[in-house]
Amino acid sequence: MDNIITIDKYDFHDVALEYKEQGYDFLRCLTGMDWGEDGLGAVYHLENTLTQENVVLKTKTTELSDPILLSVCDIWKGAEFYEREIFDYFGIRFLGHPDMRRLFLREDWVGHPLRKDYDFSLNPLRMTNEVTADMTQNIEVLKDGSVIKKREVLFDEDEYVINIGPQHPATHGVLRFRVSLEGETIKKLDVHCGYIHRGIEKMCESLTYPQTLALSDRLDYLAAHHNRHALCMCIEKAMGIEVSERVQYIRTIMDELQRIDSHLLFYSCACMDLGALTAFFYGFRDREKILDIFEATTGGRLIQNYYTIGGLQADIAPDFVQKVKEFITYMRPTLKEYHDVFTGNVIMQGRTKGVGVLSKEDAVSFGATGGTGRASGWACDVRKRHPYAVYDIVQFDEILYTEGDCFSRYMVRMKEIEQSLNIIEQLIDNIPDGEIQVKMKPIIKVPEGSYYAAVEGSRGEFGVYLESRGDKFPYRLKFRSSGLPLVAAMDTLCRDAKIADLIAIGATVDYVVPDIDR
Amino acid sequence: MEIKNKEYLDDMVRQLNESGTKVFVGCLDEFINWGRGNSIWPLTFATSCCGIEYMAVGAARYDFARFGFEVTRASPRQADMIMVAGTITHKMAPVLRRLYDQMADPKYVIAVGGCAISGGPFKKSYHVVNGIDQILPVDVFIPGCPPRPEALLYGMMQLQKKVKVQKFFGDVNRKTDKEE
Amino acid sequence: MFDFGIITSWIHEFLTSYLPLGLATFLECVLVGVCIILLYVVIAVIMIYMERKVCAAFQCRLGPNRVGPWGTIQLICDMIKMLTKEIISVRKSDKFLYNLAPFIVILASVMAFSCLPFGRGMSVLDFNVGVFFLMASSSIGVVGILLAGWGSNNKYSLIGAMRSGAQMISYELSASLSLLTIIVLTDTMQFSEIVMRQQDGWFIFKGHIPAVIAFVVYLIAGNAEVNRGPFDLPEAESELTAGYHTEYSGMHFGLFYVAEFVNLFIIAGVATTIFLGGWMPLHVSGLDGFNHIMDLIPGFIWFFGKAFFVVWLLMWMKWTFPRLRIDQILTLEWRYLIPISLVNLLVMVIVVVFKLHF
Repeated sequence: MDNIITIDKYDFHDVALEYKEQGYDFLRCLTGMDWGEDGLGAVYHLENTLTQENVVLKTKTTELSDPILLSVCDIWKGAEFYEREIFDYFGIRFLGHPDMRRLFLREDWVGHPLRKDYDFSLNPLRMTNEVTADMTQNIEVLKDGSVIKKREVLFDEDEYVINIGPQHPATHGVLRFRVSLEGETIKKLDVHCGYIHRGIEKMCESLTYPQTLALSDRLDYLAAHHNRHALCMCIEKAMGIEVSERVQYIRTIMDELQRIDSHLLFYSCACMDLGALTAFFYGFRDREKILDIFEATTGGRLIQNYYTIGGLQADIAPDFVQKVKEFITYMRPTLKEYHDVFTGNVIMQGRTKGVGVLSKEDAVSFGATGGTGRASGWACDVRKRHPYAVYDIVQFDEILYTEGDCFSRYMVRMKEIEQSLNIIEQLIDNIPDGEIQVKMKPIIKVPEGSYYAAVEGSRGEFGVYLESRGDKFPYRLKFRSSGLPLVAAMDTLCRDAKIADLIAIGATVDYVVPDIDR
Repeated sequence: MEIKNKEYLDDMVRQLNESGTKVFVGCLDEFINWGRGNSIWPLTFATSCCGIEYMAVGAARYDFARFGFEVTRASPRQADMIMVAGTITHKMAPVLRRLYDQMADPKYVIAVGGCAISGGPFKKSYHVVNGIDQILPVDVFIPGCPPRPEALLYGMMQLQKKVKVQKFFGDVNRKTDKEE
Repeated sequence: MFDFGIITSWIHEFLTSYLPLGLATFLECVLVGVCIILLYVVIAVIMIYMERKVCAAFQCRLGPNRVGPWGTIQLICDMIKMLTKEIISVRKSDKFLYNLAPFIVILASVMAFSCLPFGRGMSVLDFNVGVFFLMASSSIGVVGILLAGWGSNNKYSLIGAMRSGAQMISYELSASLSLLTIIVLTDTMQFSEIVMRQQDGWFIFKGHIPAVIAFVVYLIAGNAEVNRGPFDLPEAESELTAGYHTEYSGMHFGLFYVAEFVNLFIIAGVATTIFLGGWMPLHVSGLDGFNHIMDLIPGFIWFFGKAFFVVWLLMWMKWTFPRLRIDQILTLEWRYLIPISLVNLLVMVIVVVFKLHF
């Protein structure tokens, strides 16, 4: 159970700044909360990137009709999108936030869905085209203490604004960018999310714990095991369940296979976006081999539903070990082929080297974890920072680059495939015997409190924040998306790049849209 | 065709007269439908999980190019079929409808996966459309979460069959007034 | 070697013996027009089928194989579908230019196509500035693409059109320069003459180093001129959805699609004619028996064989390389290819003046 420090809403900005100066420069997670009678608020998970210490802050307001909190987006850049998300979900407005628009829902949406008193009937399906305003509204404090509403212009009348998405081959789903161009150069980029916002967090509040597991797989379908691992870990942590060694080993191996699968898909899609179609097919060809292994054990190709609270759905398939070994011996030379056909290509290097540079400070400030953060030189691997499962007993390197450009983001992932193979190799022969499922009560109830657990997903830290009131339903379940900080950084990455660079950046940052929108 | 008895022949003539099939036009119809059915170009459209399986169908192991689904077009103007692979949310619904409207006739819709068919696991969500048949006319439903690539291929081949019984010159395919 | 000119002159005599000269010429024109358009369509079908099969082979796939044996009549299906598909007219577009654009592109392509000498006496347009005419007519295509981008009132189309304008006009230069390099060697611009001069050896061998350089430059520039990968920026699928033809549907799009592939064939055909001896068989001086066997193979088979080999090379390039960025494309042209071609032209002049060629 996390130790939460409650801070008065008027002091919050100063306290947050103090923490930042003490070295808490990574805003891991920012969760909006509706405590019913107790008011609305937000929970901040901070981490010191040098010492890996964590602190959890909380602030709230009892004003329900027009709740206002202080913004921290000048302290942590990543807070900008999180605060917009909270505004969208709970209607809390943040003072000093430059761009207080809804993040996921339509501009004309009525009400705020994650409030406990939200009425579903307010928003029937609207088939009218959404009008995207070129203006945004924010609130600002004047020197004399009074608060004014200000309108700000996002795009001028005479700017050449093009829409990239929501249906666009290079956005990997239904993300939408509004891009202001000058010739081919990008002057400004505005991210519109929410085209696949499925309201998973709200749905989880009315599902029992085992039922919530089913939805986590569908968040980031290329990290289905990771997502579920995080959720299971969080619930197990809350209930104090120790899973057996065997389960830990199998989970680790499955996680790493999933990571390879995801990185292969990353490779394929990056190649396709950069125009090398043949390499796309190579990646997909080899990905099928992993899916076969998954299918034999879990019965699913993408959505596996394999981990359960306290164990696994089923034991591994009889030929699992042998198949995995075959795959490892197959994959190593194939990686070389990948490098031959794509990495070494002079055009590919010209397209990606020095393009879309994200500095280490920015990466930390945005909270851009995963391959993107590591390419900028930030050692942000959860497997190293807060080892879980059996990651503390295996040997593997955390791949770090310092350039922070598209090429290093690409290389981090390609090298991580090798590391994942190493991890699997160390574990595959030593899977201990044991129970695959801890005996659980028929109705799972989590003791009261709030808990946070994180795993290293395919594209960054995937966290689960759970607040329980001792019920069989979670009171609030928040998924720390690994993709949202990445798209938050898109504007910074794409300034003064070309349209073609936007595609290369989008491909190498490697976001998965349902994971952003949840 | 082997004609067994007179009744059979009469029956056939009656049927032909009723459905208004002309020999020449009927042949041409068949020819055109053969062409259309074997050349259905999909739109590159995917919203979530099923989209990955859809990509897998296009990739090396399953390869829908074999059946003439070769060219996935990114522009809806040039596509014949939209494969709604994934959840459609309230925000996406008008966009999807617009994409469909942008496509040139003849156009077909395949609903892939539980989400597109009925809302699937997200049926109770506040932001998910419970089945795209509320907003588009759907030709083929492919259930699954996500459907296996084989299922996708089977569904696409069902669509091909469906296309082959349409009429280009007959009445069935004529544009009717749109019911909104 | 069989001369196709015998047949054409026989037809001419036959017609003039029955009809007045004017009418006979008119009939011949119609006949030739029909033939060239038929050939155009056939080449388009073969090219598209080849593209699909070649890319499938590169990508560990099978490619179309259900319609007809090995999927050979897949393209017929595509054609029927295209022809019966609705042509959408876009509101707020410039209707006239929008509808005109695909025809300009196809016109330019057909004009360039009719310059190619397919065999001995088997050429439609063959006059003393043939190469010049080919370069001129093929560059009309860019006008069509610009009009398409402008006329369809779509921002993606406009960006695509502007890209292709910049790209095609730039690459025209080095393509022409590399052709000019060979013309220095041949001192004629007539295609039939150029082929005839390669009787004792193809120019790529005769012109040795400068000719090989010119050949490579021509392949790169030609590829860029027809907007094929890795230079397929104007339609860059992952960036601009479909580039300049985003708004086109049905047969309008079909015309663009067909023109793209036939243009590729034209580039290969010109490369064949200028560098690889056109319909001239492979001759090795001294080996008379070998030369005689080679002569038995008809000229047009030589021509199409070589041309499709070059096409295959270009497809290999397309399916392997990632796409370039617009500034890289222009840098490649203006910083590297043009200086190289200019120096190469000078080298060729020196070679010719001092009779260093074979």
